[in-house]
Amino acid sequence: MDLQAYQTEGFHDELFDESLAPRPGAELLASRLAASSDGELAERQRAADKMLLTMGITFNVYGHEAGTEKIWPFDIVPRVIDAGEWSMIERGLKQRIHALNLFIDDVYNQRRIVTDGVVPDWLVDSGKCFRGPCAGLKPPRGVWCHITGTDLVRGGDGVMYVLEDNLRTPSGVSYVLENREVMKRTFPQLFAGQRISPVENYPEKLLAMLEYIAPPQARDPTVVVLTPGIYNSAYFEHSFLARQMGVELVQGSDLVVQGDVVFMRTTRGLERVDVIYRRIDDDFLDPLAFRDDSMVGVPGLMRAYRAGNVALVNAPGTGIADDKAVYAYVPQIIRYYLGEDAIIPNVPTYVCGEPTQCDHVLSKLGEFVVKPANESGGYGIVLGPRATKEQLEDCRARIKANPRNYIAQPMLSLSRVPTVVGDSLEGRHVDLRPFILYGEEIFVLPGGLTRVALVKGSLVVNSSQGGGSKDTWVVHEGRR
Amino acid sequence: MLSRVADSVYWMNRQIERAENVARAVETTLDLALDGTISPGRLWNALVCTFGDEADFWARFGLADQANVISFLAFDQTNPNSIASCLQAARENARTVRDMISTPMWEEINKAHLYVRSAAAANAEIDHPREFLDEVKRASQLITGVADATMSHGEAWHFARMGRLIERADKTSRVLDVEHYFQPAAVRATRPAGGAADESDEVAVQWSAVLESASALEMYRKVHGAVSRRSVADFLIFDREFPRAMHFCLIKAEESLLAITGGSKGSYTNPAEQRLGRLRSNLNYGAIDEILGAESGLHGFIDGFQTSLNQASEAIFATFFALQPVGSSGQEA
Repeated sequence: MDLQAYQTEGFHDELFDESLAPRPGAELLASRLAASSDGELAERQRAADKMLLTMGITFNVYGHEAGTEKIWPFDIVPRVIDAGEWSMIERGLKQRIHALNLFIDDVYNQRRIVTDGVVPDWLVDSGKCFRGPCAGLKPPRGVWCHITGTDLVRGGDGVMYVLEDNLRTPSGVSYVLENREVMKRTFPQLFAGQRISPVENYPEKLLAMLEYIAPPQARDPTVVVLTPGIYNSAYFEHSFLARQMGVELVQGSDLVVQGDVVFMRTTRGLERVDVIYRRIDDDFLDPLAFRDDSMVGVPGLMRAYRAGNVALVNAPGTGIADDKAVYAYVPQIIRYYLGEDAIIPNVPTYVCGEPTQCDHVLSKLGEFVVKPANESGGYGIVLGPRATKEQLEDCRARIKANPRNYIAQPMLSLSRVPTVVGDSLEGRHVDLRPFILYGEEIFVLPGGLTRVALVKGSLVVNSSQGGGSKDTWVVHEGRR
Repeated sequence: MLSRVADSVYWMNRQIERAENVARAVETTLDLALDGTISPGRLWNALVCTFGDEADFWARFGLADQANVISFLAFDQTNPNSIASCLQAARENARTVRDMISTPMWEEINKAHLYVRSAAAANAEIDHPREFLDEVKRASQLITGVADATMSHGEAWHFARMGRLIERADKTSRVLDVEHYFQPAAVRATRPAGGAADESDEVAVQWSAVLESASALEMYRKVHGAVSRRSVADFLIFDREFPRAMHFCLIKAEESLLAITGGSKGSYTNPAEQRLGRLRSNLNYGAIDEILGAESGLHGFIDGFQTSLNQASEAIFATFFALQPVGSSGQEA
């Protein structure tokens, strides 16, 4: 196909520079795409779509009829990251997670960072995800945020920024693995002769981490994945991970706490559980400790956790570092605990809880992207430059009513990646979610999940709102 | 394994087997309707009665003809025992136990569900159902074969096989009972049990069809030769080697049960072993002439068998799947 017809349209493109020369790492991919015959791309795309349907790789959309499963759209043109740049990203993520873990441990224990005036106390204590009951807790091996899915974006300036820290129950890693498998099966010739970092060992790394953080008395720890059930949007991933690790996938009703010890109900009676990779929010974990209307939790779980008889991943309370207002302070948090500058910068962020910053945001509301501090899935975000007058006024009213709950950032011009449209390629905006495991050491899965806004011109990459995904390659120099 | 998961694996396999058996029964009825010895009205009516959803059917359809019955048994989403409903439920169960079954097995279940769903949407299959029914049978057998070849033959596999075979034993017994619905009561009353008067052309055709519906004709011929009511009933109830015979199903289901519990044949340690073992040994020591000669006849025997099988299934539920009540220790106030 003729790649010269492709247009970057003034955006930063991940595969090509302005003169349509392939960027470092993308040379072989570009030449293979250029060599593809007419109609081949569309045909490979169809094969990939069919494969996803047969494999039943789906997600559920909330707000639709229960059980509405959708195939998550996948685009067969991979996103390429040069190994040199990746090593910088990897170091930056390790630094960030290291500092955030120290921060979480601090705010639930000595609160030095608050006393020293680096992060204001009102910010921490008013956090929707701050969990009072977690004060004084010391999770096994001192790790709180075992699994993180940090969102990165590249702006029009070509710089990679951290957009948000997802430290609660980040999802998407199963698609990283499945996307790679689908790519290998439907477009194998793209891989030939290249050194691409493998992603397939993630489940083993995950299991090793989960076993590492088990309570010390558990010699041969039993690990389970706790899911809210098949109607949860990420159920596919929950079952995928359990299957890949060879551990049980349990629901709240499968677990029971007796004598502050957690058991699962099996066909042979009760069996002790040592580590729970829970994909349920803090709020719903234990109706006795948090929300008492939770139908998916396990009564008594927090008591067992507090007694040191079970490890929870991520630790309850970790969400405080996931707060988008706390995010604004992460560069200071890194400097405070590690004495280093952040390797990957934040997107400039205004915290509406700070009166002067709030005034600035309100005076130029139409220029900002406004986000609620504790939502996920892209819900509640207002894109100032694209909002109607009513939407802006509604947004203004909501900020004024609860300034603590909002932050504002400049509208970023997200980078793009060529994406299959019919039988040709057009640029579509992307972000990147690498996955980080914190066990005996910090491990960053090479690449991560590239989400793509499939709608022309759209900046919204969320699966619930018309986004899709791409395979993500960390490509090393030199032919294999 | 988790009780909930064992329950889902067990039911998933029952549902797949059920879909296959509905397909088989519809095929047999189509054959008999072509043959013409029994009126189509009686045939389609018998099919509805055989699969036990009579009241549900008559509440919504005025006439038991080919189009209505196939629509009801194959595609009707509100009939929980239709092929479409069974495969939908099986896939839903497969999703909840996705971590326990192999990827190839999941993919076959998913494909079967997608196939039936698109066939139901197209609605063209009602007039030409053969290909559809073949595909359902093939899918069920493929799923079973893939499970055998790709799943460890451990606890989950045994729950799966036990579910499938208990369902199959039930459905074979229903197919055998079909004469009860073909014949007007008056005819049944005047017919001597198991005697030569049975062997009319109509009866031979009917019992051949019963064998066909179980894919049993060839295997039957090797054992019995000519088709007769007595021999067909004997074969489908008592044969130890034919995989759709009720006796075979119970022998293998009990093997799986004992593999799960670690128990041994001839004694029991829980209600599931007791019920299933008793039913299996009834078939071990039973005789076809006793059944046909008894006052209650074949229909009475089958009725009793189905009741006992239901009790065994309930005992399996109580033994393995029911969530045990939790003691008060460790509960916070």
